[in-house]
Amino acid sequence: MYDVTIIGAGVIGTFIARELSKYQMKILLLDKENDISKGATRANSAIIHGGYDAKTGTLMAKFNALGNPMFDKICDELKVPFKRVGSLVVAFDNEDMETINKLYERGVENGIPDVEILLGSEIKKMEPNISRKIIGGLYSKTAGIIGPWELAIALAENAMENGVELSLNTEVQDVQKNEGNYRLISNKGQIDTKYVINCAGIYADKINNMVSKESFTITPRRGEYYVLDKGIGVDFMSTVIFQCPTKLGKGILLAPTVHGNMLIGPNAENIQDKEGIQTTYEGLEFIKNTSNKSSEDIPFNKNIRTFAGLRAHPSTGDFIIGEVEDAKGFINVAGIKSPGLSSSPAIAEYVVNLLLESIENFNLKEDFNPYRQKPIVFMELNDRGKNELINRDDRYGRIICRCEMITEGEIVDTIKRPGGATTVDGIKRRVRPGAGRCQGAFCGPRIVEILARELDKDPEQVLKDGEGSNILIGETNKGKLAYGEV
Amino acid sequence: MINYDIVVIGGGPAGLAAAIEARKNGIESILVIERDRELGGILQQCIHNGFGLHEFNEELTGPEYADRFIKELEDMGIDYKIDTMVLHVDNKKNIKAINSNDGFMEISTKAIILSMGCRERTRGALAIPGSRPAGILTAGTAQRYINMEGYMVGKKAFILGSGDIGLIMARRLTLEGAKVLGVAEIMPYSGGLTRNIVQCLEDYDIPLFLSHTIIDIKGKDRLEGVWVAEVDDKRIPIKGTEKYYECDTLLLSVGLIPENELSNNLGIKMDSRTQGPIVNESMETTISGIFACGNVVHVHDLVDYVTEESRRAGKFAAKYVKGLIKNSENIVKTNSGTGIGYIVPQIIRIENIDKKLKLFMRVTDVYTNIKLIIKADENVISQQKKKQLNPGEMEMVNIPLDKIPSDIAKITVELVKEGE
Repeated sequence: MYDVTIIGAGVIGTFIARELSKYQMKILLLDKENDISKGATRANSAIIHGGYDAKTGTLMAKFNALGNPMFDKICDELKVPFKRVGSLVVAFDNEDMETINKLYERGVENGIPDVEILLGSEIKKMEPNISRKIIGGLYSKTAGIIGPWELAIALAENAMENGVELSLNTEVQDVQKNEGNYRLISNKGQIDTKYVINCAGIYADKINNMVSKESFTITPRRGEYYVLDKGIGVDFMSTVIFQCPTKLGKGILLAPTVHGNMLIGPNAENIQDKEGIQTTYEGLEFIKNTSNKSSEDIPFNKNIRTFAGLRAHPSTGDFIIGEVEDAKGFINVAGIKSPGLSSSPAIAEYVVNLLLESIENFNLKEDFNPYRQKPIVFMELNDRGKNELINRDDRYGRIICRCEMITEGEIVDTIKRPGGATTVDGIKRRVRPGAGRCQGAFCGPRIVEILARELDKDPEQVLKDGEGSNILIGETNKGKLAYGEV
Repeated sequence: MINYDIVVIGGGPAGLAAAIEARKNGIESILVIERDRELGGILQQCIHNGFGLHEFNEELTGPEYADRFIKELEDMGIDYKIDTMVLHVDNKKNIKAINSNDGFMEISTKAIILSMGCRERTRGALAIPGSRPAGILTAGTAQRYINMEGYMVGKKAFILGSGDIGLIMARRLTLEGAKVLGVAEIMPYSGGLTRNIVQCLEDYDIPLFLSHTIIDIKGKDRLEGVWVAEVDDKRIPIKGTEKYYECDTLLLSVGLIPENELSNNLGIKMDSRTQGPIVNESMETTISGIFACGNVVHVHDLVDYVTEESRRAGKFAAKYVKGLIKNSENIVKTNSGTGIGYIVPQIIRIENIDKKLKLFMRVTDVYTNIKLIIKADENVISQQKKKQLNPGEMEMVNIPLDKIPSDIAKITVELVKEGE
């Protein structure tokens, strides 16, 4: 019997798992996918918002304001890339300036520090590549950029090191209410647990409906993005640039990433398909045409990838966080759309306190380790450090990904860690081979080879991403050839 | 600190030919650095034949062609390091590199030859909409899996782009028992060599759809199919022409991009048309003593021409080390006139030309019955009749030295219709 079972290993589920791992509890974190962070967490704008945007009084406003200042500590403990680069909402006309004024006032009401209205000339000084047509904007100094999936992966790893069990490929199909506990029926069998936390993202309504009446629905709201090559990031725009928000979202943005790329997007489209993460011609064209307003000089010829993600848009319009009325011990953390990532540390803290209110007898662990061992980033070492590392472990002397300069040592390390990578995309999300300009054309075969070797699989069994995404279908007619043999 | 006279970065056909030629021109101390597990570059995965017709007057496979140069290099005792990655080069010609055996190395050299080759354009660069399943590969990656690793990538394939590697992989997949449904090319003409269209598509009844492209990709985990549509003369898909092809594999052969990350970091001036360094008649870049050759300068379609061009880089790098390069007062620029996409070299110092000047170029469109005219400043010094010119096939012209006046500012190549 688990004390707590968390359904969904996105940033919310992993954050709650990590916070709960401070206590003497038996905790299970499960996900229907084959890796951590495969929903909204892996495809979003990668921004920690200042907190001026959400309507005062909503949970979104509350948790964003509380969450934003918590990132410095957590990212330091878990060695997650995070930079407070600031953000700008830009105005092109007087109507936009009215919006800017409203956002400023809301920022004050929401208790957001360091928000100010700037003149067009001040913004142009900050951002030389920005459109000349900008007349002013709202600057939020505390906004930041982060590696969202790296955060979730780091949280899960740290949670596991503190005793949390992770069960992937585990889909909850039904929930049975028993006296004082729950039985989750999954494709992997039954799971008995005293408490359940529903962080199932886009599927949170479905999970809720297994124990209670339908009280909300989650609509997938798709957002598409371009990713530009390294060198077009902070050098092109040093802050995150928003256009004025619309009904559907915060508007098209230009966001430098923590790895030196540039994200451009997202559009916002309500769809039916909860797996509908395809990009569309119309969506990408819209982003291209709209973003050009912020800067006429965006080098779209340096685009290296496009992607789409789904926001979990709740019918209530706000985060849904709390115990289900007719299911004691079953807590929904649902509808965590933007600013969900920014709110995640505060949401986790709140949910843990909520749980501790209703349960007694759980003490803090004495040996909780908040720190995650920093993964070695070979290229960040100085010359001597590089040499010493290669002498210690020669796998750090082999560059596998030439675009991002990632060594075999880093790749093997990320496979071996708790909750480690088991797929090509899993490695890409953790240490970036394949995330560069050649998109894995060169390193792909080497990654397959390393995964097969480390996981003791045949290359045909190695997956690109989800189950069924095998890259190779079998040996050629000639069978295996040795290198260089014809 | 390790010292050499010449360091060659990249041990593919360009680097091998350059290193060998530098030795033939009297340089003893040469190091070739190769990032892959063996010398020879992409040739090692090109197991089809057709290499060496110009160079050796016979048809060799890629590995056979590479082996001739690797043997010669080894017989000459030229140093090389494989599985070695260059991390950094500075403009004082200090190189930082790593491998598993030597660890971190600092290498100082008098001259550098850049021969890093090129990479394939990806789906991401084209921003093809749709889902992102397994089964979408660049043609070169598929070639590596099949020819070097010995694994098949799929059973039913569609190919986007008619670049040579795509055409060759259409045949290779067919020979391995896969069904190739077709090749779509967005342009109204093929991007590959005519001989490959005939030998790799027509001989196997694989249709080539000119002025077509892929507009959507289906499949969650593994590719399930692609939507193909005809495009208009602005390359915009035409509504109503969409057709669905069920397939588990999509290969992309949509262009090659010179790999110039090192060159860019060095501050070498680049040509936006070739996406390679601007070079002079000696294949020297805008940084003195740093030379470049092969696909890192401009993408070639025949390795034989890479070899020839790279020999020039090797020869002049040797001359540079010996202080024998003539620095001219008069810099002549090559100028791409009507119908010409680019010309390499971009800069000429006539004093360094031996008997004849060789220019490599590509045309911008398909031209039939056309005159290729070469002008020194405004005076026509040479003209040739051409039956057909294709952007997919590199052109070259040789201009005898005695036809080039020494005091000109530019040499222009242009296309003129017969009779004009």
